[in-house]
Amino acid sequence: MFYGVDLTSRLMLGTAQYPSPQVLLEAIEASGAEVITVSLRREGAAGGAFRDLLAKSRCRLLPNTAGCHTFREAVTTARMAREVFGTSWIKLEVIGHADTLQPDPFALVEAARVLCAEGFDVFPYTTEDLIVGEKLLEAGCKVLMPWGAPIGSGQGLRNLQGLRTMRAHFPDVPLVVDAGIGAPSQAAQAMELGFDAVLLNTAVAKAVNPVGMARAFGRAIQAGREGHQAGLMLERDMASASTPVFGLAELA
Amino acid sequence: MIHSVLGGGVTALCCAMALSDRGLDVEVIVPDGAPEPASRFAGGMLAPFCEGESAPELIVAKGQASVNWWAAHVPDVVRRGTLVVAPPRDVSELERFARATREHDWVSPGDLEPDLAGRFARGLFFSSEAHLDPRHALSSLKSSLESRGVSFRTGAPRGRIVDCRGVASHDELADLRGVRGEMLIVHAPDVTLTRPVRLLHPRFPCYIVPRENGRYMIGATMVESARRGGVTARAAMELLSAAYTLHPGFAEAEILELGAGLRPSFPDNIPAIRHAADRIHVNGMYRHGFLMAPVCAEQLATELAELHAHAD
Repeated sequence: MFYGVDLTSRLMLGTAQYPSPQVLLEAIEASGAEVITVSLRREGAAGGAFRDLLAKSRCRLLPNTAGCHTFREAVTTARMAREVFGTSWIKLEVIGHADTLQPDPFALVEAARVLCAEGFDVFPYTTEDLIVGEKLLEAGCKVLMPWGAPIGSGQGLRNLQGLRTMRAHFPDVPLVVDAGIGAPSQAAQAMELGFDAVLLNTAVAKAVNPVGMARAFGRAIQAGREGHQAGLMLERDMASASTPVFGLAELA
Repeated sequence: MIHSVLGGGVTALCCAMALSDRGLDVEVIVPDGAPEPASRFAGGMLAPFCEGESAPELIVAKGQASVNWWAAHVPDVVRRGTLVVAPPRDVSELERFARATREHDWVSPGDLEPDLAGRFARGLFFSSEAHLDPRHALSSLKSSLESRGVSFRTGAPRGRIVDCRGVASHDELADLRGVRGEMLIVHAPDVTLTRPVRLLHPRFPCYIVPRENGRYMIGATMVESARRGGVTARAAMELLSAAYTLHPGFAEAEILELGAGLRPSFPDNIPAIRHAADRIHVNGMYRHGFLMAPVCAEQLATELAELHAHAD
């Protein structure tokens, strides 16, 4: 449950960088996504025509604060997003580093505290750091969105053990892997680890065939989730032999 | 019957020219107080294969005809191809670009543009592409039309309306939106580039198109916004730092102009000819104005010439 909303599809899709709004709508449709993120910082109030096209997707909108580098920018953009989109959902992104796009956890927690107090449903873009996660929950967040890898890098789950630990540490908090996913198999892997959803953009938008890639991601995420629910078998080491008990000659 | 072409940008002038080429009677009406046409801020690249990176095959296939069209109608079409490069840490962007496009060769950029020697190990060369200076091209078309007796005026149209007003036609076309583009023109005497160069970057792609006398056009942002008004500091910083990455000589360039325009765009970002009750629209050029306006204009002129022939 994401702030009281149950989702059938566990793919959340970004809406930037597509060849056209038409291709974007077809990709959303093919992916089965029910939540799409949309930015506001750069487009401003005059981006209405594009937003009207997004409304045709009939998806739930998750406005984001992409492009914000400070607490103040993020809070202002979130407030504007609530007015423009008429939703209390906000994907809170405070960028600490323009190059790696790594989140600034200090400004993030500060902004989350203010926005939660104002009644926003905050989806914070964070790292897999457990303490930051705890501070965000304490600030009022009911979802956490750890990165897989830097935004747009397509590196997949860069700190697999860290993400496993995070899943184990927050067993009852909806966790969404956000950013860094490049291939459907990586998205499936996040779901197999027990994450609740995956949010991605570039891997679909910049694919040679975005619609085909959107469909592939939708299926991979579904497969990963079903695999997790069905109970994955555990790995066994059959390469270095343990003690055989049968069928071995006794040479003594 | 006279044809009243509305608008002063590349679509309007190409349509007027194509109609005039077929001996049809034409006037061009530039509405009073119309904003500067977006095409004044265009790159002027005739690059159908590069555009195929994000544009559908239709643009690639049809756009190829525009190089010859422009060469037949204006002087100074430069056929030197397009060079595409990427900074060392973004070479995967180059691989992606190569996969998404065709009609290119892998080259050593310094062999084509000596100023880039040692800066980029590999690049893609699209040898059949061309470029022109949009402002020269627009004024050449206008002069040719005037010399054929085509009038340019304001006021009410007298004949069959061909509406080429770009984003201003939003009043008639509900699904037409503006996609903001920002650009700069610099004078960079320290840099010598003889063909358009595209610098790939995951977030700040840019292209640089040489103009005459050491001037370069640096473009262009793509923002889903209909905001008019000046170039933002962010856009200028992004474009200038991309230019600086291409060649440090751009650091000493003189900034001559910062400009912004709205690309008229339909939801599929594909140009279209649409027949309405009282007019024909030619619109939605998106980022393909100089590439696709001649294609649409020729299609329109063929249709109208047939209509005219039957009417006789």
